Amino acid sequence: MALRRTLALVKKNMKMFTRQPAVLFLLLLFPIIVTATFGLAFGGMGQGGVTNFDIGLLNLDAVSTDPQWTNSFEGNLTELEGITVTYFDDNASGQSELLQGNMDAFIVIPEGFGDSCTSYWNSPFDGSSWINTTVELYVDSGSMIASSAIPPLIQQVVLKTMFGNDATTLDLPVDIGSPTLVEASYFTQWDFMAPGIFAFASIFMIMIVAQSLTEERDGGLLKRLGTTPLKSHEFMLSQVISYMLIAVVQVFLVFAASFLIGYRPATDAAGLGFAFAILLAFSLVNVGFGLIAATISKSAEIASGLSFIFIMPQMFFGTFMPLGGLTETISRFMPSNYVTEAITTLFLRGAPVTTLSIWSNLGIVLVSGLVLLLIGVVLFRRYSTR
Amino acid sequence: MHEEYTKSEFAAQTALTDKKNLGIIYVLCVCLSMSNTISKHAIKIENLTKRFEKVTAVDDLSLEIGWGELFGLLGPNGAGKTTVINILSTLLEPTNGVAAVADHDVVFGADEVRKIIGVCPQEPAFYQHLTGRENIELMGDLHEVPKDVLKDRVETMLKKIGLEDDADRRAGQYSGGMIRRVSTLMALISDPKVALLDEPTVAMDPVSRRAVWDFIRELKSNGKSIILTTHYMEEAEELCDRVGIIDQGKLIALGSPKELMEEHHAEDLEEVFIKLTGKKLREGF
Ligand SMILES: Nc1ncnc2c1ncn2[C@@H]1O[C@H](COP(=O)(O)OP(=O)(O)OP(=O)(O)O)[C@@H](O)[C@H]1O
Ligand SMILES: [Mg+2]
Repeated sequence: MALRRTLALVKKNMKMFTRQPAVLFLLLLFPIIVTATFGLAFGGMGQGGVTNFDIGLLNLDAVSTDPQWTNSFEGNLTELEGITVTYFDDNASGQSELLQGNMDAFIVIPEGFGDSCTSYWNSPFDGSSWINTTVELYVDSGSMIASSAIPPLIQQVVLKTMFGNDATTLDLPVDIGSPTLVEASYFTQWDFMAPGIFAFASIFMIMIVAQSLTEERDGGLLKRLGTTPLKSHEFMLSQVISYMLIAVVQVFLVFAASFLIGYRPATDAAGLGFAFAILLAFSLVNVGFGLIAATISKSAEIASGLSFIFIMPQMFFGTFMPLGGLTETISRFMPSNYVTEAITTLFLRGAPVTTLSIWSNLGIVLVSGLVLLLIGVVLFRRYSTR
Repeated sequence: MHEEYTKSEFAAQTALTDKKNLGIIYVLCVCLSMSNTISKHAIKIENLTKRFEKVTAVDDLSLEIGWGELFGLLGPNGAGKTTVINILSTLLEPTNGVAAVADHDVVFGADEVRKIIGVCPQEPAFYQHLTGRENIELMGDLHEVPKDVLKDRVETMLKKIGLEDDADRRAGQYSGGMIRRVSTLMALISDPKVALLDEPTVAMDPVSRRAVWDFIRELKSNGKSIILTTHYMEEAEELCDRVGIIDQGKLIALGSPKELMEEHHAEDLEEVFIKLTGKKLREGF
């Protein structure tokens, strides 16, 4: 395999991209503009919404001498409307479910919870004799509704547990620890949209791939290349490398633009690196779709129209649009959805890169990218060149 | 033509005066003759037929073209010239029969064939957003012409064909004739052993046309083989060692321009052509 041929074609592609204002706009300026406008428009906006929460519960006070308190806590919690409670045996598994977005909140009843409640009723007015404990509450910071609605609900449950139905606000021995909650209250709509926008920004690459390939085909260039020693895998590799390079620049620009307008994802360098990687993998999906669109298009104009067949669903079912019910089912088939999902887990939920779900997301994106690319290559080779 | 020969003669003489060079020249001669004997024919076409859905573009065509030969493929519009070129350049597969370039079958040895040929398509294909020079260099890169050789060669060829001033403009802005010139250089930049040129001089001004003729003669004098299609009979008469006239995919005449003129009692090749095909010539672009 001659690397020189591949590189010569990559160089050619780069020149073609940079010398066409329209292409340059779609590939680089458009993503920046989308990021900046959405970021500025939704950066200051909150959100209201529906209630139906999955809450995990871990009881560390199971060996208590006073199980009535925890029982009543659980009872009051399950009694609430729109809440499904799942029980956990250890902290780690609950936390991991929460990080992967399978739950809205996770509550840990501490050891000594019952003792704490008893100590209050023994001497309600002598604060120094209380045994203080903290019910830990972890809320999915990836869901704005959850992070604003759940803490007051739990507060309510605690009060009800201690004082019955006519609970009033009193000085209590039981606090609700809420480190994640404090953080959550600063989220804006933009924080929830940003991961989807990052995936969205690169989707239009499909159109450029389809357009430039049909142009090359119709201009007789693919045929001309076909009379040289160039192998088709060298040609395809040059395509993939070219668009991956574009993707690198795209991701960098989009991240930089969102940083400039004040976006600070809840992640570290490793998380950023992972986001970079999954967006690069996503560019394989785009090149694959582009190839397929080029195959079924008779001309470059048709190609730009047809590429929307692949752009639209990916956009509506996999990026920043809210999902639910049927759309959520459809989104399972959109590679872009897994990109958004993984970046949400990292940037919004603040999960570490070791989180399993983001790796399976990456795997899905990568595999579907490779499969689409393969389909694209086969179709394109059959219908477009020699 | 004469200019070309005197140049090489001069080179040969200066080389001969230096005795040390004699041995090298001898070795070179042996190599050259060997390389020519390894594959007897530059191009060999046997009973070639190409059918599209309705038309038979090439009909049982047989043809042999030797090394160092400049062969003109003539024929009216739609005769099948481009189809023959496309089969030889591995773009189309024959329906029947075989075609080989330097003994490599165009279907089964396509990769080998592609290393040897330089193709100038009838419709010039080029990248609009690249400059003329970049278009030509790209073809050189694809043929892995050594970088320094490529640079010099591009420079010399551009100068020869009168494009040096425009070489760094985008090809999309070129005039028709300029595009043709770039396209021809794209075909010849790899110094191909076999050049397949489909109407390379259409739309060129006389000076550029002569420059292309010079390139072609140079290739020929280096023992390369060239197939040229053209609708300019004076071009074929001036350049070609042999011409083949095809009509409706069939070879209807074959020989040197002189032989054909004598055989058909014609003043020039155009007369032969008209007599044989019975059609008035039109420029095919
Ligand atoms: N891809 C194709 N599909 C169907 N028919 C084709 C195809 N290519 C060529 N033909 C037909 O084959 C015949 C020969 O075409 P070809 O292009 O080889 O002619 P030509 O001798 O090069 O003509 P011209 O002088 O006009 O260039 C024509 O009838 C043409 O319509
Ligand atoms: Mg033709």
